[in-house]
Amino acid sequence: MKLEQTSVFLENRKGRLWKALSILRDAEINIRALSIADTSEFGILRMIVPEPDKAREVLEENNFVVKTNDVIGVEIPDTPGGLDGILEILTKADINVEYLYAFVEKKMDQAIVVLRTEDIEGGIKALKDGGATLLSSEEVYVL
Amino acid sequence: MIWNREAECMAREEMEEIQLKRLQAVVKRAYENVNYYKKAFEEAGVYPEDIQNLKDIEKLPFTSKTDLRDAYPFGMFAVSPNDIVEVHTTSGTTGKPTVSGYTQKDIEIWSEVMARALTMAGGDKTDRIQNCYGYGLFTGGLGVHYGAQKIGATVIPISAGNTMRQVEIMQDFESTILTCTPSYAMYLAEVLENQGVTWDKLKLKAGVFGAEMWTEEMRAEIEKRLNISALNIYGLTEIIGPGVAQECLVKEGLHIFDDHFYPEIINPDTRQAQPAGGKGELVLTTLTREGMPVIRFRTRDITTLRYGECGCGRTHVKMDRITGRSDDMLKIRGVIVFPSQIERALLKIEGLEPQYQIIVSRPHQLDELEVQVETSPALFSDEVKYVEEVKKNIETHIHDEIGLRVNVSLVEPQSLPRSEGKAVRVIDKRDMK
Repeated sequence: MKLEQTSVFLENRKGRLWKALSILRDAEINIRALSIADTSEFGILRMIVPEPDKAREVLEENNFVVKTNDVIGVEIPDTPGGLDGILEILTKADINVEYLYAFVEKKMDQAIVVLRTEDIEGGIKALKDGGATLLSSEEVYVL
Repeated sequence: MIWNREAECMAREEMEEIQLKRLQAVVKRAYENVNYYKKAFEEAGVYPEDIQNLKDIEKLPFTSKTDLRDAYPFGMFAVSPNDIVEVHTTSGTTGKPTVSGYTQKDIEIWSEVMARALTMAGGDKTDRIQNCYGYGLFTGGLGVHYGAQKIGATVIPISAGNTMRQVEIMQDFESTILTCTPSYAMYLAEVLENQGVTWDKLKLKAGVFGAEMWTEEMRAEIEKRLNISALNIYGLTEIIGPGVAQECLVKEGLHIFDDHFYPEIINPDTRQAQPAGGKGELVLTTLTREGMPVIRFRTRDITTLRYGECGCGRTHVKMDRITGRSDDMLKIRGVIVFPSQIERALLKIEGLEPQYQIIVSRPHQLDELEVQVETSPALFSDEVKYVEEVKKNIETHIHDEIGLRVNVSLVEPQSLPRSEGKAVRVIDKRDMK
């Protein structure tokens, strides 16, 4: 019940994000979800893509530093308080969230949250026990 | 193997006798044939007959890079231009180039010292020497070339640049000795790795690396990646080119061919001789050169001299690896910093490619030091926290080494310029005027 996330190091320079994305475009990789963590000096582009291995390969060929790691995908109702329920579960289980980003799914009345907890296994267990709907990679890729 | 056992393993007293005789002769030649020296000696009130022992060399005035440059192009020649068979120049990166002129005999001396150097690195007639030093006005290419031919090795005069071709030739010709700058050796290792060419597919056994400063840590890295003995060579165009000194396989300093080049160590500020074993600026005098004798040349290179017999059997005085230059040292907020210190700090960090650039600026009347380092997978994570810790860790390592806080910027791989000759490591944006 983990999603594979692809992270890319971006120098804080004009055109770097565009460069990374155009490499993915040329490889015909469709990004399912994306967020950028920015600091004053560099950025980290985080993405969920259907073909993480291919994405990594084409980016590395173009001298980008890429890391893949596991994150958690959770489906929540696209209504006020939807995210609240998830965070409540995690807080009660004493699980710290490193970061999260969300996207809304058009066809269903659902939103998808991509979560990175310090302890991934602990996070998954807590969410499952709390009755949250976890998504597999396949489910997210076909959305 | 020792190329010239008689010269290289001579007893000190015997060496000093030869040095004195040669010193007296070269000082006389310089005084009689070069206007610059005649004037400089007279101004200092010193004459060739005042050189009675080796210590008397200290009575002679120094020659600086500027003095040589002012004599551009041929003012320092001590023979008729007709007797000069070859000229070389410095790169001229710090101003007008300095010209170095060689007679037929000077070329023979150069071949001899380079033959000693390449033999010291384990070279003999069975070797194939891939010479990636630039051929042309730069002394690196031809210096190695002459030495390689003298020992009867096969020289591959590929010169600098065209890395893909270098990699191909290295495999196809089964090169055994690589000669280039250490930063280019690192770059070649990187390219070889990227192409999946592991060291066991190569026949390389040694590298003779010079023309820029490098560190012990960089040596370890090159030796590991290419599985060779990485040896230091030292030389200056002003003195002859490469072949002033060379490291033997004991790897504890470079043997100066002191029957041809007489070394002294001075304090760069007071210009007084340093006590024996003291660290300071290397000053060199050519003892045998005809075309362009150079008396007490201030090299600006910082090192220490060590006398005594080496484990390799040679008695040539040894100089330590150059740790800095009295002129390319940086003064940051009053603190002296050598780029080599920063490199040493970087090489202590696991997974870091030693590709870096130092940028000095003075944005608010205060010097700032920025070190740009290329990111590698080992330094990267999806978490900002982690990457910031990596950055801080690098900053701490540099701080420990130089005693100054620096700002480290992580940049994308392959974004810093790769050199095929001397690496440009420092960009000084301060307006010092």
